[in-house]
Amino acid sequence: MLVKKRSDSLESQITSESLYRRRREFMRNAGLVIAGAAVSSVFPKTVSSAFAQDAKTWKPSNPGKFDTTEELTPFKDITSYNNFYEFGVDKDDPARYAGSLKTEPWTISVEGYVKKAAVYHLEDVLKGETKEDRIYRHRCVEGWSMVIPWLGFPLANFIKRLEPTSKAKYVAFETKLAPDEMPGERSGVLQWPYVEGLRMDEAMHPLTLLAVGLYGKPLPNQDGAPIRLVVPWKYGFKSIKSIVKISFVEDQPPTSWNRAASNEYGFYSNVNPDVDHPRWSQSHERRIGEFFKRKTLMFNGYADQVGGIYSGMDLRKYF
Amino acid sequence: MKKRNLVSFAKPIFFAACLLPVVILAWNGLNGSLSANPISDITNETGVWTLRFIVLTLLITPVRKITGWHWLIKFRRMIGLFAFFYGTLHFTTYLWLDQFFDWQSIVTDIPKRPFIAIGFASFILMVPLAVTSTQKMIRRLGGKKWDILHRLIYCTAVGAVIHYIWLVKVVTYRQITYAAIVAVLLLFRFIWKYRSNAVGTNRPAEKQVTA
Repeated sequence: MLVKKRSDSLESQITSESLYRRRREFMRNAGLVIAGAAVSSVFPKTVSSAFAQDAKTWKPSNPGKFDTTEELTPFKDITSYNNFYEFGVDKDDPARYAGSLKTEPWTISVEGYVKKAAVYHLEDVLKGETKEDRIYRHRCVEGWSMVIPWLGFPLANFIKRLEPTSKAKYVAFETKLAPDEMPGERSGVLQWPYVEGLRMDEAMHPLTLLAVGLYGKPLPNQDGAPIRLVVPWKYGFKSIKSIVKISFVEDQPPTSWNRAASNEYGFYSNVNPDVDHPRWSQSHERRIGEFFKRKTLMFNGYADQVGGIYSGMDLRKYF
Repeated sequence: MKKRNLVSFAKPIFFAACLLPVVILAWNGLNGSLSANPISDITNETGVWTLRFIVLTLLITPVRKITGWHWLIKFRRMIGLFAFFYGTLHFTTYLWLDQFFDWQSIVTDIPKRPFIAIGFASFILMVPLAVTSTQKMIRRLGGKKWDILHRLIYCTAVGAVIHYIWLVKVVTYRQITYAAIVAVLLLFRFIWKYRSNAVGTNRPAEKQVTA
């Protein structure tokens, strides 16, 4: 039986111009990764393992203590079912329209209470960092989830290089603002640019990742290329994509979904089956690819690793 | 005579057209052409087509009153029943693919989640309309009582729009457009009634045409 997968039809339907653009971005990203390899002292084998994409056969080159052993979500699902409102509000919009995003040259502006505030080129952000595969659960606030093999390095490593001062209590992030490249930013569905933030201890946690790839290959645009945050114990919208600014601030920074509906999306947004969204339940989730729903786990199953930093905190009040 | 034949010729074609959305949905489902979350796609598609058919149902009277195309009324029952059909599919998707017939959790879920409660109420209101859609029922109730009962569709339409607004993360032009359309279609009836009341009994009595 010929099983036609949606990504196949998507690819054949994409106009030749955007396919051309995507090829160009892909080659550039691949070139960037290889350039990064020349600079970094240790280059993980995964990138050179021919960009293996198959969920069943792909294996991380260095299985780590943070990896989940659950079944991986196929690459085509991770790259065709996205919430990235900068490209439209439908799940297939990012894959369809993210080709116009220019991911290089890419800079991250580091500001605020750090000794090494500057505008960093992406290559310099990656300089000296050992990229590793991290297989994380990813839980959307809407009630679906995936298992994604990210490629990146701990945000903590980058933060340490920046030498934050004692006044740095929170880390704020910002996505690229470019309505000409990101058509969704022309709509008022959210305030642009997209912003997010973490408490300092959340940002320094070993689980928190700066990701540049998935399945061992560079991030596709629709997944937040060229560099994004991954905070697996929080709802997916906290894992801000296509980061252009990182600020170290004293007060809790604004976050986009909290601005849109403060009673529904809190600053912390820790995955919590006991605290429902005001309009729908968070007790269960649909793992993409599965028929039956699963029970949602406290902190998305990372309670052992992160529970400690919230001890004593009223999770219903600080949702 | 000619017009009646045209309508009876058009009806089966129109019927087939109304089935297209579910046929396409099933086709995509079997081909694996739905998204990575097919159950969500089925829920959304059946839901939005329920709303579309409700809107179509409400369009008949304003259009025929403005254009004088009274033969349109002959399609209203079919459109209304298709609204009920897609509503049933949508509700079944919720009961089966979302809740897996866990009746205990469904019974607690419905009052707890306002968007589900209002969706459920809007659907339930369509049941008496579907049941009384037949010629026999129209005769049994009598035109006037039937008309009054079938105004329940106004509640269903408003409820469906609110259901849609309450279930999305953030309201977009889509929900606003449906809300505006339903508002206009209901406002039309209100203005028309006010207008005919103001004018008095000089206007010729409207021919009660039932499909």
